[in-house]
Amino acid sequence: MSVLASPRADAGAAADIVRRRLSRRGTDLGGRLFEALLLLMLLAGLGVLGWLLTVVTVNGLPTLVERGGDFFTSGLASRPERAGVAQGLTGSLYLMGFVAALAFPLGIAAAVYLEEYARDTALTRLMNGVVRNLAGVPSIVYGLLGLAIFVVALGDVLGPGRASGRSLLAGGLTMAVLVLPIVIITAAEALRAVPVAIREAAFGVGATRWEVVRHHVLPYAAPGILTGTILAMARAFGETAPLIVVGAVVGGFNLAYDNPLEQLFGRYTALPTTIYDWAGNPPEFAGNVYAAIVVLLVVLLGVNALAVVLRNRFDRRW
Amino acid sequence: MKTLTRPAPDVRATAAARTGRELPAEAVLELRGVSCWYGDVRAVRDVTLDVPRNQITAIIGPSGCGKSTLLRSLNRMNDLVPGARVEGRILYHGVDLTDRRVDPVEVRRRIGMVFQKPNPFPKSIYDNVAFGPRVAGFAGGRRELDELVERSLRRAALWDEVKDKLRSPGTALSGGQQQRLCIARAIAVEPDVILMDEPCSALDPIATLRIEELMHELKERYTIVIVTHNLQQAARASDMTAFLTMGQDRAGYLVETAPTTELFTRPRQRLTEDYITGRFG
Repeated sequence: MSVLASPRADAGAAADIVRRRLSRRGTDLGGRLFEALLLLMLLAGLGVLGWLLTVVTVNGLPTLVERGGDFFTSGLASRPERAGVAQGLTGSLYLMGFVAALAFPLGIAAAVYLEEYARDTALTRLMNGVVRNLAGVPSIVYGLLGLAIFVVALGDVLGPGRASGRSLLAGGLTMAVLVLPIVIITAAEALRAVPVAIREAAFGVGATRWEVVRHHVLPYAAPGILTGTILAMARAFGETAPLIVVGAVVGGFNLAYDNPLEQLFGRYTALPTTIYDWAGNPPEFAGNVYAAIVVLLVVLLGVNALAVVLRNRFDRRW
Repeated sequence: MKTLTRPAPDVRATAAARTGRELPAEAVLELRGVSCWYGDVRAVRDVTLDVPRNQITAIIGPSGCGKSTLLRSLNRMNDLVPGARVEGRILYHGVDLTDRRVDPVEVRRRIGMVFQKPNPFPKSIYDNVAFGPRVAGFAGGRRELDELVERSLRRAALWDEVKDKLRSPGTALSGGQQQRLCIARAIAVEPDVILMDEPCSALDPIATLRIEELMHELKERYTIVIVTHNLQQAARASDMTAFLTMGQDRAGYLVETAPTTELFTRPRQRLTEDYITGRFG
């Protein structure tokens, strides 16, 4: 560099050069262009999303306001002014319940085994890889799996009689299988985030592996596990394709059963499949479709917000 | 239920009888030809060493010479590292700790550990100390446990600083306090031996000095083995010093072990002298 080239350069001249260089404004044109491009792409993505939300809300709110509580208490009907989301919402809540009751205990147990107990063998690594890949399998494949196993093979048990196999139980089991890999992966990540130092500390005072897991690893990983599983529940709530395959859309949730057990073995529908069904109806149903989408989005955003709140609340620094 | 009481003195005699030879006086741990491996890599080669009762034994040596590995082998902590194994014998009351039939949980209740980085549980100060006794099936009631926690914190010279905030999280303490909390946690299960793996490397000089004073008080009741990269600390705080260094095969081996003043003033080995005078390492 010219400034350094001659150590005996006149001090005043050197200072001049330094001053000029330092005060030279940034002329990184390429960098600025790139930044602008990135911003543009971000805005484009957000714009589409915002547009979508606006269209849905603008079209759905009038129906929601007009129908009020009636929209939530009426079931499927051939006339739009009498059709509501009662059956769909109930069915979806049931499905979330299934996921909570089946996928969580199984998924968390599998994650604890893989992370805390399994030795690092080729088999363990294979299992980890399989779980990872299963999480990426398209949901329709799980739908077909559910159709083959829960509807056809086990249909007489899970959905006898008029349900002809397409029962809430079959749908719920399909959903639980669908989210199981996601639950395992998020739980495993939460467990892995607990520092080795904490495990060593507990082992160091003479705790058994079970005591280390029970008193330390699981409690400290709980917020992360909870967040992941809540998001998995949201996934189950919004999932449509596999339910269409296992028969939710042709069903109708009978809200009049006295015994909830009967509901499990009977036909059902879910909120997303209700929307799918209505979307194929005459245009008079448009208001209902949008209103149901608003309900779906509000529930999903609520569930996701809950996950964020829980994560922030129990956030732990090591 | 498992008792936590210190083994009766005659255990030593029984052990001697069982092994069929006289044990050197006072040795709590006897390492005989101990080698530590990670998979196919030997980290420590053929260490033979006696750890005398109620004294502080320092293990010094350059980075990567296997000091921590050797220390962690003494209470089966390296069982947790996949692929780690130990050859040779580590005799504790005549029992070979490297024997697979020995329960590592039982070993760790008698041979406790304090780690390089303070690692309190993200729980209250009280629960940090009470955890060990609880999992050991502490027999007493509420008040006895309170007393045990207080006694442990007093012995760790932390009681006066935390007695009014036993319910606040242990992680909120300063680094030096956290390390003393970890010491309190280790002594709450009434161990025989306390292993310390560079316990002051994350602490400032004042906190370091407090830990060293504390070690001096603790050796009345416990046997301490400390790994340190700090030569001054070894010289100040220990009674015996073992010097490890790396051989051609990158495995650490024991060069010399002697009473600390002797090792630092009249080292028998050239390697030791070079190391303690700062010519290498």
